[in-house]
Amino acid sequence: MSAALKPTPEAPLIRLRDLHVKFESRDRTVNAVNGVDLDLAAGEVLCILGESGSGKSVTLRALMKLLPKTAKVTGEIKVGGRDVQAMNEGQLADFRGGDVAMIFQEPMTALDPVFTIGRQIAETVQRHEGASRSADDARALELLELVQIPSAKRRLSAYPHELSGGLRQRAMIAVALACRPKLLLADEPTTALDATVQIQVLLLLRSLQEQLGMGVVFVTHDLGVAGEIADRVAVMYAGKVVEEGPVGALMAGPLHPYAKGLLGATVHAGMRGKRLTTIPGAPPMLDKVPTGCAFAPRCAEVIEGCQDGVPPLRQIVPGRQARCIRVAPGEGQPHI
Amino acid sequence: MPPPAPDRGGAAQPLLETRGLVKHFPIRGGLFGRQMGEVRAVDGVSLSVRKGETLGIVGESGCGKSTTARLLMRLLDPGAGEMIFDGDAVGRDDLGGGISLKDYRRQVQMVFQDSYASLNPRLPIEDTIAFAPEVHGVPAAEARERARELLAAVGLAPAQFARRYPHELSGGQRQRVNIARALALRPRLVILDEPVSALDKSVEAQVLNLLVDLKESFGLTYVFISHDLNVVQYISDRVLVMYLGQVAEEGPVDEIYARPGHPYTRALLASRPSMDPSQRRTDPPLTGDPPNPVNPPSGCRFRTRCPFAEAICAEIPPVAATLSPGHTAACHMALPGSGHSQAGGIAA
Repeated sequence: MSAALKPTPEAPLIRLRDLHVKFESRDRTVNAVNGVDLDLAAGEVLCILGESGSGKSVTLRALMKLLPKTAKVTGEIKVGGRDVQAMNEGQLADFRGGDVAMIFQEPMTALDPVFTIGRQIAETVQRHEGASRSADDARALELLELVQIPSAKRRLSAYPHELSGGLRQRAMIAVALACRPKLLLADEPTTALDATVQIQVLLLLRSLQEQLGMGVVFVTHDLGVAGEIADRVAVMYAGKVVEEGPVGALMAGPLHPYAKGLLGATVHAGMRGKRLTTIPGAPPMLDKVPTGCAFAPRCAEVIEGCQDGVPPLRQIVPGRQARCIRVAPGEGQPHI
Repeated sequence: MPPPAPDRGGAAQPLLETRGLVKHFPIRGGLFGRQMGEVRAVDGVSLSVRKGETLGIVGESGCGKSTTARLLMRLLDPGAGEMIFDGDAVGRDDLGGGISLKDYRRQVQMVFQDSYASLNPRLPIEDTIAFAPEVHGVPAAEARERARELLAAVGLAPAQFARRYPHELSGGQRQRVNIARALALRPRLVILDEPVSALDKSVEAQVLNLLVDLKESFGLTYVFISHDLNVVQYISDRVLVMYLGQVAEEGPVDEIYARPGHPYTRALLASRPSMDPSQRRTDPPLTGDPPNPVNPPSGCRFRTRCPFAEAICAEIPPVAATLSPGHTAACHMALPGSGHSQAGGIAA
């Protein structure tokens, strides 16, 4: 394992401060991320929850410096105390796959179609740990068993297209875990899977996370997925975190009107015959940085003053923050 | 707006019935493109859609639910089986007494998952909606008028939206246009194939509310296809669970969700992530993926993943057994005397 990552209490695994990401092209400008602060402790699972265009995937990619060159990234991005923005190509190559790994929604496009699963895992181990070929192959087998792929030995020589969707996703997880990363970044890894397979992969990720003590940032639009896997949830809207807190408290009583709307609009058992609560309108275009609360035009609880400046992310109770001028500190005390 | 076609068969006659619907797709390969095998996408599906109800169809990818939708719309010709629309055999008008495909398609319309791919990018949405009525002989000005009424009915102000192109709309707005287009011929049955799956949650709720309203105001019957069990529970009156091209279970929505009879339905329901982190699962209800429909297991198709599978399950395909009135499950355990050691054990 590369040496640098030893998170200490003073240096959390992730420290994001005032992250801004802006995409500029000739036709239009998109302010995708507009000031995100996030911390992740070692061994913690954080879900970033948001709808399309909220900036959740862009935030995740910034953590690994995976954004295209056209993206203007500013702010402090520290992983394990190291400044990701300042890394050169060589340092990044060690960092990616060694300290930090990422898994994606579409394993078919993330895996290389012309190499066997076994080769792709062994290659990662070889690149980062420089062990012998036979040791790498043994490690590949061990990893396939770790992600519970049946008949692992035979599957080592399988190509990605020969595997089912669920097995392919497990194989991608095996590649990601090859060098025992301290941080796993997951971008909607279960969204494309069927219901009975999704729950298998979620349970696998949770048990691997506990077993290996990794920190995980898990991006999803699905509240149910967050409920299954997260310790803490950050809800994003229009490139900002609007609410953050422990998963149980947030699901039981969201504070921010957007988080409330999202929970109310999510169809679940027992809603039959009732009218669904909706959030009217659509998210803003983000061609300009919002100057007030970005959710105000759609908010049912809007008052005068919502548009006068961006509301600060305030602590409501210890561990719970919301970006809304109407949420008073002390609200949302445990009532369950 | 003209009224829909009149009811012919009376209230007790199902609006649409299918018997033994089959669709196999050939797989070609080799030097001369010989047939190497076939995908048995839909393999003997019998269903009935009652007048005024919403029939939900759930299942995982590859279970044949979208192929079933395309067969019901007659975008695909079934390899075998028959379809009866309000008492008339579909596409059998040559024999006398049937309904022609043209008349059938006027009374049955469809909404697809991909709201962008299903709209013509070069037509303003008003023209897209007016297109079908014009094809069916409505004068252009009247068709245009009808399109604007429909845009208003789906919540898009005609003055603001009528001349827009699909790329100028959001996903939710485009899906509203698709729904308006489906209603332009005043159909009696609308087939909705994953209509909200590509939408964000807050928009999904808007579209579901709209669908409920339109059903009421236009007197529609829906077939609602989805992989989302919560959405199907919300919108359906009766539910059909499909597995590998066949019907595993069928029944009233409350029965299916409260007393699922088929082991697959039980596993599917148990696979839903819980919204409550204090009630997290520890073991997955099923292991593995659904098998490939090219080579489905013998006997009961679910037996390879079923925790209760016995020898009988590999030998004989189970027939639908009645658990309670209107609730059937195709499982040997539901059928007394089937030879399974727990036969009759899950009968209500």
